[in-house]
Amino acid sequence: MMNQEKKDRKGTVLFSKYARGEAIKKALSQTREDILFELRESKLKGRGGAGFPTATKWTIVAAATSKTKYVICNADEGEPGTFKDRVLLLEYPELVLDGMVVAGYTIGAENGIIYLRGEYEYMKKSLEDYLHEMRKDKLLGREILNKTNFNFDITIRMGSGAYVCGEETALIESLEGNRGEARNRPPYPVSTGLLGAPTVVNNVETLASISHIVTKGGLWFKKYGTDKSTGSKLFSVSGDCEKPGVYELPWGTRISEMLEIVGAKNTKAVQVGGASGTCIPKSGFNRILAYEDAATGGSIMIFNESRNMLHVLKNFMEFFVEESCGQCTPCRIGNVKLLEGIELLEQGKCTFSYLNQLKELGKTMQIASKCGLGQSSPNSFISILDNFKEEIFDGNGGTYGK
Amino acid sequence: MLVFEKNAMTEEIEQLVAKYGNNRSSLLPILQDVQRMHKHIPDFAQQEVARLLGIHPVEVYSVITFYSFLNTQPKGRNIVRLCQTIACDLFGKKSVVKAVERELGITFGETTKDGKFTLEYVNCLGMCDQGPVLLINERVYSKVTPEKAIQILGGVK
Ligand SMILES: Cc1cc2nc3c(=O)[nH]c(=O)nc-3n(C[C@H](O)[C@H](O)[C@H](O)COP(=O)(O)O)c2cc1C
Ligand code: SF4
Ligand code: FES
Repeated sequence: MMNQEKKDRKGTVLFSKYARGEAIKKALSQTREDILFELRESKLKGRGGAGFPTATKWTIVAAATSKTKYVICNADEGEPGTFKDRVLLLEYPELVLDGMVVAGYTIGAENGIIYLRGEYEYMKKSLEDYLHEMRKDKLLGREILNKTNFNFDITIRMGSGAYVCGEETALIESLEGNRGEARNRPPYPVSTGLLGAPTVVNNVETLASISHIVTKGGLWFKKYGTDKSTGSKLFSVSGDCEKPGVYELPWGTRISEMLEIVGAKNTKAVQVGGASGTCIPKSGFNRILAYEDAATGGSIMIFNESRNMLHVLKNFMEFFVEESCGQCTPCRIGNVKLLEGIELLEQGKCTFSYLNQLKELGKTMQIASKCGLGQSSPNSFISILDNFKEEIFDGNGGTYGK
Repeated sequence: MLVFEKNAMTEEIEQLVAKYGNNRSSLLPILQDVQRMHKHIPDFAQQEVARLLGIHPVEVYSVITFYSFLNTQPKGRNIVRLCQTIACDLFGKKSVVKAVERELGITFGETTKDGKFTLEYVNCLGMCDQGPVLLINERVYSKVTPEKAIQILGGVK
């Protein structure tokens, strides 16, 4: 099977026509308030997973009086099953980088940083070449497009193999030369971010969407998707299907429609939102992909009837045990306990009362963990054990009860 | 370390500090460059980075130990990383593991005697639509089969 290429990609919003520099030109001809207005109109929400309204984030930083401000593009893409940012950065750098320049202009920042995961080192060269081209064309650097008083440049910083550094405060710690341990919030990065300055942290896809919104308008963007989830979304589809890859689909697409499009057969379960998302059984395939229903940063993993869900769950929990930064107890110990529970299940030694205790532990972790990693890692544990009870307890997935 | 090796290392780190700036925020880029050149960050390098940035060596050590791509002990000249996460796992990770281990005579986590290869597992490499995926140094190889994996390793210097 051929891998998809840019020319074959189809989509109504993100993959729609866009000329390099277009958003920057348009933005510089407008006032900051105009841009914020369009953004608010578009109702764009962050594509990194948390879904925070982008206009609100930008407005707070734009209003801050600090002299130094930063724009950070979060390209740490570490959630299992997510690879759409890779496609954007490799094939559509113009969308992402123009989005960053627009952010700089709107919030009044001069410095942009791309935090690129260490695993994507191979992209660094092409991105740097691209930045160089932008500087040559005055789309970056001093007095962009001859606009006096607007200077903005972008540097690339690499991660070094830590999933938690995708969490925005851990990312900032990492940029400051520290261990990537999430900070207590508040204060949020919008007021106290990189080196104490107000900072906008946005996902790659959020910034790419902005380039389209600025050129085509908030109303145009809002035409797609649902009322609460506007625009379209890039979905990274992997697992048991004929055509895995990156798809642009409007928010509100049913899981069953998605399965149809990607050629998935005999599907037993769909993991929406990566390892930290939830696992949806057949009975939930009529649910829609949207912030208000099955929310996701883009990861869709498909499992067919032949797959062992306890094995899938174990793989997820091993991931969290490795990637927990270890700073707070619910997450550091909790994930280990959940993994041990899965091992007991595999051996047929887990009692129902202990299993219930572990589910309670999961709920405690959701509340008591310091950052999103520990708050969401129990999601798959709880949803897989609830939704695939029969498989796991009838001896197909585990031997309990045999 | 021999004296002239130490001097060379000091000079190298001085250049990196000059390149990235003499402040704490430069710590990771400096360590990443040392790692790239030496495949690990030796004790002496840690001390020198600490001295030049004006921080305690323990701080440097603590940062290194946090990141899975940085290490204080030497590894092989080529680091072979195999994605262990579910999408790659479903499509034949195990058979690639078996073939690679058999061929190199070591298990994951180890380095070959001649120091040519270190085998490691990594988490999702962002290529889940094309698994199983191998990352050798900075290059990615997708849709790897046992046979293809051995062929790829054969082509590595
Ligand atoms: C453990 C963890 C990992 C995360 N990884 C990423 C990531 O790789 N990329 C990303 O954009 N956001 C990631 N996020 C979300 C960020 O903290 C943040 O919400 C996001 O970058 C904000 O951008 P947005 O509003 O444009 O979505 C992660 C969050 C957590 C808790
Ligand atoms: S929840 Fe986990 S990753 Fe987040 S701060 Fe606590 S230990 Fe670290
Ligand atoms: S699961 Fe292997 S690359 Fe994502």
